[in-house]
Amino acid sequence: MRPESEAELSGIIRGAEAPLVVQGGGTRGVARAGAVLETGGLAGVRLYEPGALTLVAGAGTPVAGIEALLAAEGQRLAFEVPDLRGLLGREGASTLGGVVAENASGPRRVAVGACRDFCLGVRFVDGRGEIIRNGGRVMKNVTGYDLVKLLAGSRGRLGVLTEVALKVLPQPETEATLVLRGLGDAQAVAAMSAALGSPYEVTGAAHLPGEGTFLRIEGFEGSVRYRAGQLAGVLAGFGVVEQGVGPWQAVRDVAMLAGRAGDLWRLSLRPSQAADVVARIGAEAVVYDWGGGLVWALMAPGVDLRARAGAFAGHATCLRGAFAGAAPEPAEVAALAQGLQQQFDPRGVFA
Amino acid sequence: MDMPVPDAGILLRKARIVARLAAVLPADAVVSDAHELRAYECDALSAYRCPPMVVVLPRDTAEVSAVLRICHDEGVPVVPRGAGTSLAGGALPTADCVVLGVARMTAVLEVSYADRFIRVQAGRTNLAVSGAVEEAGFFYAPDPSSQLACAIAGNVAMNSGGAHCLKYGVTTNNLLGVTLVLMDGSVVEIGGPWMDAAGLDLLGLVCGSEGQLGVVTEAVLRILPKPEGALPVLIGFNSSEVAGACVSDIIKAGLLPVAIEFMDGPCIAACEAFARAGYPDCEALLIVEVEGSGDEIRHQLGLITDIARRHDPVALREAADADQAKRIWLGRKSAFGAMGQINDYMCLDGTIPVTALPMVLRRIGELSRDYGLDVANVFHAGDGNMHPLILYNANIPGEQEKCEALGADILRLCVEAGGCLTGEHGVGIEKRDLMTVQYGPADLEAQLRVKDVFDPRWLLNPAKVFPLQVTAGRRLG
Repeated sequence: MRPESEAELSGIIRGAEAPLVVQGGGTRGVARAGAVLETGGLAGVRLYEPGALTLVAGAGTPVAGIEALLAAEGQRLAFEVPDLRGLLGREGASTLGGVVAENASGPRRVAVGACRDFCLGVRFVDGRGEIIRNGGRVMKNVTGYDLVKLLAGSRGRLGVLTEVALKVLPQPETEATLVLRGLGDAQAVAAMSAALGSPYEVTGAAHLPGEGTFLRIEGFEGSVRYRAGQLAGVLAGFGVVEQGVGPWQAVRDVAMLAGRAGDLWRLSLRPSQAADVVARIGAEAVVYDWGGGLVWALMAPGVDLRARAGAFAGHATCLRGAFAGAAPEPAEVAALAQGLQQQFDPRGVFA
Repeated sequence: MDMPVPDAGILLRKARIVARLAAVLPADAVVSDAHELRAYECDALSAYRCPPMVVVLPRDTAEVSAVLRICHDEGVPVVPRGAGTSLAGGALPTADCVVLGVARMTAVLEVSYADRFIRVQAGRTNLAVSGAVEEAGFFYAPDPSSQLACAIAGNVAMNSGGAHCLKYGVTTNNLLGVTLVLMDGSVVEIGGPWMDAAGLDLLGLVCGSEGQLGVVTEAVLRILPKPEGALPVLIGFNSSEVAGACVSDIIKAGLLPVAIEFMDGPCIAACEAFARAGYPDCEALLIVEVEGSGDEIRHQLGLITDIARRHDPVALREAADADQAKRIWLGRKSAFGAMGQINDYMCLDGTIPVTALPMVLRRIGELSRDYGLDVANVFHAGDGNMHPLILYNANIPGEQEKCEALGADILRLCVEAGGCLTGEHGVGIEKRDLMTVQYGPADLEAQLRVKDVFDPRWLLNPAKVFPLQVTAGRRLG
């Protein structure tokens, strides 16, 4: 099924007798069983105003096309869209709808915000076949409830996105990366915290155990030179600070864990707890991003990471393995989520 | 202003309801004396007033939960109230409601500079949040102009913005977690000091829900390191079109100023008469502020002034130090006071695509002439948030109604131009009936279905946000 309009999409949903699996490029998220509903027919850039930092496009629009269009005007999707095909063993071309549905956000998220923070408006068709819009195309919008945030990251469970309005940002003139080597995980997180707590606008903070701890600075040339120098001063207490090439694309795509056997987990947690949690879980390999707020872990098959981690401030999701599926939530939160699910998809079309 | 008819049955049970509330709260936390209730009869939309049945002032989440459980049991509507600074009537009571004020809940519960967050009771004022982390060199970014008085609870309810939002975002972009008490008294912890939701983004949904989904008693907020410094440049133009084009060029040059303020001729004239800041006599004024080290500021201001010169400005003043900066901001910061000295005024906050500014200003000028009421315009040029200030005389019979009608037409114009009804103040009661201008029936029904999940009995702030006829079935059912 490949609808070319919202009306067609609505018809498909209303007539669905069995669960549908919404597919953009099929490059993200946990695989589900069901009849595939492709979004490629809902593509196309509808509006792009560089002077207003605004872009509106159909949800089926390939992200690569959007990024090329923006780059030509010296702009970009600042939240840094990850390419997880290598990590998850997928093929296909990522679409805007998929990125928003997964709230897919890379290293720069720690500084500028996630995908959901750049979504200005959405159009979607819910499980009842209703065509709904929320938000608009302006940055400041508090008219009624914010269903834009609700739909972002909803993983296709509440409706099919058909159009998204985004805030874009300028591409910087240049960038620099500071590197510390040989830091233990706890020291690395402390160093990243010191950097992120400085006024020098760090836009990437990652730690690859055994390789190094990396801090990124972006902006105008003079500004980057100045800030890199100041930041090196801030970090001097942690060890020798070098300037080097940043592994930011690899961190963004979690390339270090691609093509390796084992269960794949993703933790979102309070940075100062990250090293302790990692010490408890006994992973085969880990990657720290977002200053320690995001940890990717490769585990031996069948290991219950949550049982080993115990209680911590945050949550862990298994993306591949015995425990694959949504992370458990507190009962009251789960009840509300279930209620919303019921409202937007009473027949379980997106189950 | 249309409000639901107070429920006679509730009013008959007032003594019992007050007694039940008094049993779970300290004596001074229940206000039922007629004189004292007047203090809660309105918020900053002071044209509309109605004393509530009773006011409660709980001190913590447990007390809020106990109060809501009683009100749920009694079927009594509850109007949450932060500091009562809403410009949209968000805290306007009905005669049969309980106003639940969180202003006594102001404690700082936890601060972490390593993890860059602060956890506070939601009654704490916005400025006092920054105040708590200032000495360590941090601040809380969303800074509405009422920040000295407004409460975090209200900021979360309205998804408040401020002058810094182009660079730092609004409340929803700086909110990490809340403790939310539902209408039935259950306590929900949503989010926390981590960066994304495990499942659905309920936090994003609650922020901006105008006190209709639950009462926020605690909030986890992102704190940021303070920039090294900031300085503005003032640019005067002979037309708003040119000013708009200049803003567009600044953005396209890859600059991200921390603030871009626009004022039109009438606003400039009024501010100059009031504050004597030395503003040029011109059609349009921009104040652009940038942040960073001294060198970074000079570099950015250099780029901005180069761009400005290409547009033939009638005035161009770069601040060289804090004193000059203060003088540049003086007029803009006294804009509302300046208006208030001339007249009563109504402040709107419709948002438009920044590129639509010249057309919208032209149309506002036409509407202003049609209605015979003057309008001065302040505009956050970076994010499109307009603040048309409609000047009127409340003492002239019918003038307030005329002013509201003009306001409604201006907001319709904002929506027509591709914008929205409200960028910062929220819908409250003020823009309820314009919701159908921006949203269709299915769009509104989707939002109502969300409230059905959080508050199935429709007792929390039920008369706000949506047109009364749209919610009648749910409120009275």
